[in-house]
Amino acid sequence: MSGERGAAATGDERTAGGVRTASGVTGAARIRAVPDGRGGTALPLLTGEGALAVRRTRTAPPGAAVTLVGAMSAPLGGDRLRVDVEVGAGARLTVGSAAATVALPGRERRPAAYDVRLTLAEDAVLHWLPEPVIAAAGSDLRMTMRAEVAPGALLVLREELVLGRHGEPPGRLVSRLTLTVDGRTVLDQELAAGRGAAPGWDGPAGLAGHRAAGQLLLVGAEGATLLPRVLTTRADAVQAAATPLAGAPATLVTALAPDARELRPLLIRTLHAALAPSPHPRPALATAP
Amino acid sequence: MSAALLLLADGRFPAGGHAHSGGAETAVAEGRITDAATLAEFCRGRLHTTGLVAAALAAAATAGADPLALDGAADARTPSPVLRAVSRRLGRQLLRAARAAWPSPALDRLGAARPRGAHQPVVLGVAARAAGLTPLDAARATAYEAVSSPATATVRLLALDPFESAAVLARLGPEVDAVAEAAEAAARRALSEGLDALPAASAPLLDIGAERHAAWPTRLFTS
Repeated sequence: MSGERGAAATGDERTAGGVRTASGVTGAARIRAVPDGRGGTALPLLTGEGALAVRRTRTAPPGAAVTLVGAMSAPLGGDRLRVDVEVGAGARLTVGSAAATVALPGRERRPAAYDVRLTLAEDAVLHWLPEPVIAAAGSDLRMTMRAEVAPGALLVLREELVLGRHGEPPGRLVSRLTLTVDGRTVLDQELAAGRGAAPGWDGPAGLAGHRAAGQLLLVGAEGATLLPRVLTTRADAVQAAATPLAGAPATLVTALAPDARELRPLLIRTLHAALAPSPHPRPALATAP
Repeated sequence: MSAALLLLADGRFPAGGHAHSGGAETAVAEGRITDAATLAEFCRGRLHTTGLVAAALAAAATAGADPLALDGAADARTPSPVLRAVSRRLGRQLLRAARAAWPSPALDRLGAARPRGAHQPVVLGVAARAAGLTPLDAARATAYEAVSSPATATVRLLALDPFESAAVLARLGPEVDAVAEAAEAAARRALSEGLDALPAASAPLLDIGAERHAAWPTRLFTS
């Protein structure tokens, strides 16, 4: 293993077949969806290597569906995972994952990196709906999610971050979500939590004891504009708001819950409301000027 | 430390900041701020997230980055429409005061390009430049505002002893300085690498709380 340190130090850690290097396992998945010319969606590129495998799951015409499968326990400290998804003009794709991603401490005291890039051409449709990311005790994970969306495309993105498995203290988790629409950055948000995060992360302006943070990012979904801005009351276990972003037809739903179990139902309800085929105006819980 | 910085950071500078609690009104009403200790934790959380972001935007504006590009970067880092509106309203008021205090073509141009108000930290950064201050000065004033606003408001909201509020701010002093220095360093990176190098730290509960606060029928503070 020591022979691989040189390669790791240069940042070239990609190893086909998931060979464990001094810097941990690299996993990479690449998916490209295009119209198949018959009204459906083809996947001319569908590859997984190392710790990440991809399976074409069900066919739900006119869209394609892919499941990400963690081929081995990952990410550990020092691991680098990368997912690239490209949806061509007019193609429709849904990506999910087979199980939650559990970040675990590695033998090395280095953070793991998990980088996702989503690119949507005009009139593309992508539903990115993976299972939660769980920061187990002692883990250290840096995630970046960058979505580049062309005009007319529809993106539905769900992210669920869970701090610690049941009853354990959280590891460190830093997650940055960036959205560009037509080349312009309209959302750039980073959540940092857990051991070693900046002071106050769990205080009354931070997570205030909540252990699950969820986001729904809805781009080009007309129904999202009808969501009430305030989604929960102060007495609810889940705290959530739907906030229209500036400069693009995009809405970010932010939710905090005591745990993952309480988070998912609110996100599913909100998503269904936003994607209802013929949305009728719902009474808002509250309205803001 | 110049007198211009003291004036810019002075709560009595006519820039409208006194009407805002920085999210403290919601946190007090929802039982998350109950005393000096929880106020300090609230201020700390705000300082290291939205405070850091605002301080970096201000420092970048003072260092000469394009204010309109920074205004867009502030939008992207402020998902809550309520908080975007608050920041622009404060920016408009600060611009009026700054144009009187330190007349400059840069402030005039910013006012003309964003007649409904640019984001407050961007205006503060441009004003600091007009006043001959440094990017670190602008970052300090902005980082300090991130904690002084809730600390001052809590005196009224909780009838907290003003001496205790001042003690909270004094104890946070070294952290405010450290955040200002980190913000200035990020601003310098942004000048060479692009605005994506600016921090984007978020505090979800502040966003959710701001939306809820705006829906209250009556409130003591605007935000």
